[in-house]
Order: sequence, then C-alpha cells, then structure tokens
Amino acid sequence: MNNVGLTQYLLIGAVLFVSGVVCMAIKRNAIGVLMGVELVLNGATVNFAAFARFHDAFRVEGQIFALFTIVLAAAEAAIALAIVLNFYNNYLTVDVDSAEELRG
Amino acid sequence: MSVGDILFWIVGLMTALCAVMVVVTQHIVRCAIWLLFTLAGTAGLFFLLGLDFLGATQLFVYVGGTLVLVIFGVMLTATGPFLQLRAGAGEWAIAIIVGLLLYGLIALSWLFADWSKLPESALPDDPRQMYHTEQLGRALLGDTSVQPASELAGVPGSLGAADKASGKLQEPPKRQASAFLLPFEIVSVHLLVVLIGAAYLARAKRKRVVVAPRESL
Amino acid sequence: MSIQLIILLIAAIVLVTFVALSAIFFIWLERKVAGRIQDRLGPTRTGGKFGWLQTVADGIKLLAKEDIIPANADQFLFRLGPYLAFTGSFLAYLALPFSRDVVALQMNIALFFMLAVMATEVFGVILAGYGSGSKWALFGGMREAAQVVSYEVPMALCVLIPVLTAGTLNLNVISQQQAGLFWNWYIFHDPFTFLAFWTYFTCATASCKRAPFDLAEAESELVAGFHTEYSGLRWSFFFMAEYGSMFAVSGIATMLFLGGWHTGVIPATISEWIYENLWPVYVVVSVLVFITKCWILVFIMMWVRWTLPRLRIDQVMTTCLKYLLPIACVLLLGASVLPLVWHTVFPGWVKLPFRNPPAYPAAPR
Repeated sequence: MNNVGLTQYLLIGAVLFVSGVVCMAIKRNAIGVLMGVELVLNGATVNFAAFARFHDAFRVEGQIFALFTIVLAAAEAAIALAIVLNFYNNYLTVDVDSAEELRG
Repeated sequence: MSVGDILFWIVGLMTALCAVMVVVTQHIVRCAIWLLFTLAGTAGLFFLLGLDFLGATQLFVYVGGTLVLVIFGVMLTATGPFLQLRAGAGEWAIAIIVGLLLYGLIALSWLFADWSKLPESALPDDPRQMYHTEQLGRALLGDTSVQPASELAGVPGSLGAADKASGKLQEPPKRQASAFLLPFEIVSVHLLVVLIGAAYLARAKRKRVVVAPRESL
Repeated sequence: MSIQLIILLIAAIVLVTFVALSAIFFIWLERKVAGRIQDRLGPTRTGGKFGWLQTVADGIKLLAKEDIIPANADQFLFRLGPYLAFTGSFLAYLALPFSRDVVALQMNIALFFMLAVMATEVFGVILAGYGSGSKWALFGGMREAAQVVSYEVPMALCVLIPVLTAGTLNLNVISQQQAGLFWNWYIFHDPFTFLAFWTYFTCATASCKRAPFDLAEAESELVAGFHTEYSGLRWSFFFMAEYGSMFAVSGIATMLFLGGWHTGVIPATISEWIYENLWPVYVVVSVLVFITKCWILVFIMMWVRWTLPRLRIDQVMTTCLKYLLPIACVLLLGASVLPLVWHTVFPGWVKLPFRNPPAYPAAPR
C-alpha cells in the first residue's frame, strides 16, 4: 500500500457519499432520509478537507468551504426536522411513502 | 507505513464501516448512533489532516448540536418503543447494486484522476507543521499572503493576490477585507435565523385554551 | 514519530490514571462535604480516621455487583452509554495543560477543542436514557439533553469573554499571560470578565448536571434519572464521567479566569527565573497549584450542591434562556466594546492591558 495521500481520503469520502445516497433512497423513515443527507454532506466535507491539506491552492478555501458545509448542514437538519415534526403532528407517522398529498 | 498512515487507515475504515452501518441498520435510534460514530470519525480524519479548527467545529456544531436534534426528532416521532420501518428485499437489491455501481464510478474516477493540472503543492509532510488554524484566521482577517489562489475557487480575489498575479509586489493594504469574511458572517447569521425559523415551524400548534394565569416561574 | 507515539501513550495512561484517581478522591470528598454540611461526620471508619478508603470499598462493592441488563432494554445502546459519557469527558483532558507546556496535545485551539468534546458527552446520557427501556430513564435522558444543549450556549459565550481579552484560544498562552501577581488574573481584568466568571461557573455546574441543576437524576421524581437501570461497573463509569467533567470545567475556569498554574503571589520575573533555572521545581509546584485551584472549584460545586434545593425543570430552562443567555450576551457585547471605548476616550492615557495576540512562528510560505 502506498503512502496515504489525497486519493485515500477521497475514497473514504466517496464511501460516505454513496452510503448517504443509498440511505436517502432506501429509508422509509423521514429522519433516516435526513441522516442520508448528513452523510452525503459529510462526504463532501471530507473531500474539501483533503484538498485543503494536500493542495496548496485550496489551503484556506478547502477549510472555509468545509466550514460552510458543516454550518449549512446544521441549518438544513434543523429545518428538515421541523418539517418532519409538523408532518408527524398531522399524520402521526414519519413514513415518507405516506407523504403523498401536496397540502399541509 | 508511518504512525499517521496507520491511524488514517484505522479511523478511515471505521468511519466508512459506520457509514455503511447507518444504511444497513433498521432500527432508527441505532442508525443515529452509527451516524454519531461516522461524524466523530470524520472529525478524527480532520484532526489527522491537521485541520484542528475544522475537526472541533465538526464535533461542536455537528455532533454536539445537529445530532442531538436528530435524536430528539427520532424520539419525538417514534410511535412505539424501538420503532422500525422496513424496506422490501427488492428495494434492497436495487439499492445495493446502484450503490456499488456509483461507488465504483467515483472510485475509478478518483484513482485515474490526473491531478497534475493543479498547481504544484509544496507542503510539509507533517500536517502539524502547517499552522492550518492560524492561516484560516489570518485569511479571514484579510491577510492576503496566506490565501494564494482565491481566483481558482471562483471567489473574487483580494487585492494582494491580484497584485501578486500581475507580478507587481506592492504593499498590501492594511485593512483589506477578505473574500471570505463576509460570507462567513452571513453564514453564521443565516444559521441563527434558520434555527429561529425551525423553532417557529416545529412549535406545537395547539388550540388556544384560556388557562388561569400561572404563578410566576 | 514512534517516540512521539510513546510519549502520547504515556500521556494517555497518566491522564486515565489521573481521572480515575481524582474521581475516587472526589467521591470521598463529596461524602465528607455532604456529611459536614448536614451536620454529620460522613464516612469515618474505613481505612483509618477520615474514612479515606471509603471509595475503594465502594469500588470493590460495585465491581462485585451483579451486572443487570433489563429485559426491556436495548442491549447495544445500554452497553454503549456509559463508555460514550466517559470518553467525552476524558477526551477533554487531552488539551488541558497542567503546567507550562505540560499537556498531552499542544493545540492552537485547545479551548475550543475542550468545549467541543465535552459537548459530545450528552450522548452517553441520551443513550442510557433511551436504551434502558424505562420511562424514568427516558425522562432523565431527555431532560438532560435539553438542559446540556441549552446551557452550552451561555457557557460558550462566557468563555469567549476572556478569549477576547487574551486574543487566543491556546490555553497555554492564556495562562502564561496571567503570570505574576493575582491582579493579572483575567477575573480581575475588567468588570465584564469578573461577571463572566460567575456566569460561566453557573453554566458549568449545570452542564455537569450537578445540583441545583441535576434534573437528569432528580431522585425525588425520577428514581435516579438516566442511570436508574444501571448497576455495578457501568454505573460507576457515569460517575467517573461526572467527576471527570467537573474537574475539566473547573480546569477551564482556572485557566481562563484564575491565572492557570500561577500562584498569584510570586511576581512574574521570579517565576520566570525559576522556570529557566529550576525547571522541575517549577513544573511540580505549578501542577500542584493548578490542581489545587481546580479542587477548590470542585469543592465549591459540592458546597452548592448540598446547600441549594433542586430547581424544577421549567425553572432550569428559564434560568438558562431568560437569564443566563441574555446576561452572557450583554457581557460579551460589553467586553468587546470596552476596549474600543477605552482607547477612544483615553487615547494613550492609561493603558488597560488589552494585549496583542502572541507572536506565532510565521506561516511557512
């Protein structure tokens, strides 16, 4: 195995990303879907961080964008949870398959 | 293989495994716990990369804040104890195949990527010698010398970088707002606004019942 | 690299031992303090005059207890809870310097790191509460989560105030800036840091789930809260975590406000001379000074616990969101405006020591 470099980190990031995509697709619990989104965003963060470490040009940018991703993921999770809670209040379930009407 | 590499493989593979476990696990609270380990493992990767500030932010905002919210959400929406919602076997088969294909595609594109187009990087081997956090702070404060290639990221570069590109070495202006300071502030305020909005949205909308005024708290 | 690894391993072993031993000491101290405050003697027989072997006896009893997992519980989460709680509080010690450069991990952002890892401690409690499959435990866990997440906000704001004054998050540097006599301590720096210390200490008590904020385990309402179903070794892990984080938050308070490892009575020049010529003496004395200061703060937490009655859960949340949070915001605003006003009103007249950030090695470019 060669030395750990950019590619190895990107591969780990890709595992997170793909897990997130599959998670979004397969979970029927709305909060499970939300967890998939978190995984996808984390995969992206790992990539940003790896570029920040291994490439001079992204040294600051990589970190800044990773920070933005973390903060925006927090914001997204808060809103999504609020929506899920509202949905639960109305329908008493968090099954995404039962969310098929376009009204509140 | 150096110690850093061994640590990378341990932390990285654990993180990847936990991410897969998030998908595989049916029980939603256990999912959240695997997600916790994934996020903490990601923070560990950041520390290994020498990005201390990023790792600590990940732990503080993501693990300590967002994930607590998620677990709260799980507990508030569970109709019975240890609730499960299952997907069918066919769905699983499709998901696994698509997932493997997607991963193969991404992995191949990483493995055969040609990074030589990127500017030559001359960074020290030990990430601890890179003063990442300090550079981040300086860049946010407008020190243009640590922010070499803003134009690469498509963000309008600051004056100092432009001067460097044109070859004229000028005295950088003393109080030069960084390209990232304003977005950084906006993002923080944005998070606050979003949290207030989420709290408003999630508020239980009860019918107004006139209650006798309670004693002061 | 391997030498570095060995040093880190030794540091880890020393730290684990320290956390465990100080937990043993604190449990004994808690019993004695509680006894004295309630006009009793506390333990007196085990191990001689002051009952100082009481905790060891307790520990043996705990080890010998049957390890029970309720049938209703989620085994995996139930087992995981105590370890998560302990890991969170133990990790904080990695970045906590005990003396000048005596720290497991030199970190530029040590303070932020400590706050971040201590924020993860709450998961142990949530898991214990949920995994136990008992309503008392669940109530305790949920209360605890709500409380800790809320109190983190004013706590972090209060921590920012001395950081503003110091201009760094590096605990080593912050403590070094307070060298010399005690009026150099940041608690006496300006009115805002003085008030910030008390606000911080209140929030810290709450975030360690200590009385009067110990709603998570409120015996009179919730049996024992989140650890109702735990016994034996797992239960003692929760206690190690609690005492560990008590010491850690006291360590932060000492570092930020109370001069770190400086005695406050020896002038800076003399202590600097000792550091350069008698390094071992300096380290031993300063480690002792630091630990003593932390112990005093922990003692105050115990004193408060056995003196004040417990709040109700709504009172706990009100205290945080309606009082401590606005207070912290006002203090932060004041602390950031004060230097500006001071320098505008008295330009170059009296120099309040608003220090510049310390010089770092230049960025390698």
